[in-house]
Amino acid sequence: MVFRFDSMARATYALLLALLCVGVDVLLLGLDYLGVVVVLMMTIEMALMAAFMVMFMMNPAGLAPMSMTHNRRGAALLSAVVFVALAAGALLTPWPSRRGDVPPDPTRQLGRSLMGGQMLTMMVLGLALFATIVASVVLATRRGRYDRFGDDLRGRPAEPAARGGLPR
Amino acid sequence: MTLELVLLPAAALFAVGLYGALTQQSVVMLMMGLELMLGGVVLAAAAVWHHVAPVAEGQVLIVFAVTAMAVEMAVGFAVVTALFRAREIDTTDDAAKLRG
Repeated sequence: MVFRFDSMARATYALLLALLCVGVDVLLLGLDYLGVVVVLMMTIEMALMAAFMVMFMMNPAGLAPMSMTHNRRGAALLSAVVFVALAAGALLTPWPSRRGDVPPDPTRQLGRSLMGGQMLTMMVLGLALFATIVASVVLATRRGRYDRFGDDLRGRPAEPAARGGLPR
Repeated sequence: MTLELVLLPAAALFAVGLYGALTQQSVVMLMMGLELMLGGVVLAAAAVWHHVAPVAEGQVLIVFAVTAMAVEMAVGFAVVTALFRAREIDTTDDAAKLRG
């Protein structure tokens, strides 16, 4: 339904429903902590996405039917091929029987791993998130002083922009 | 809930997300497709962790995918904001030229 709604807001809530189902599935598979993380993160992400829809996108409420797509036939063909390949892999692969038992506390298993053998992964993820914060702020802010004054912030433009508007 | 019963919806999520990422002109809708694809990866990784190998590395893979979702969304929104502020565009076709 995500890509069939005219309304982008409805598409956002359909996506939220799909990802909440993913979170519930993860919970049912025994991963309590990660399931809750997925549910909470997707809820906040979709709320932000709805806000961005209203801010930037045309037709957020779907009042005027419209289509903003391209290359639908090729994409449908490629997606169908990918689905058939993945489904065939899932159904035809001789999956091995489970090695070991599910730990009684998967959250403890994850925490001990991230603070132990997988510490490097945790550090890389932390750095990536920090870089994301910096990059997002840099991209989303207006022109800064370096754009106006160049590398040397002590200097000033030779010809400042002429003042407009009515004389004071 | 068998492994195949979870992997099939995961494959469907991935394929639907791929369709959206390839067809949508709106940058935000394109990001929705990427989110669906990563959701499929999360679901498949959780299923394989539960049914095949309940080791810690499987959970770390899910953490990695969830982090990728967060990074993709944050950077995507920032790029949309920058594009809209600079040229008032919100579709991938209009943003095909990096300069102009």
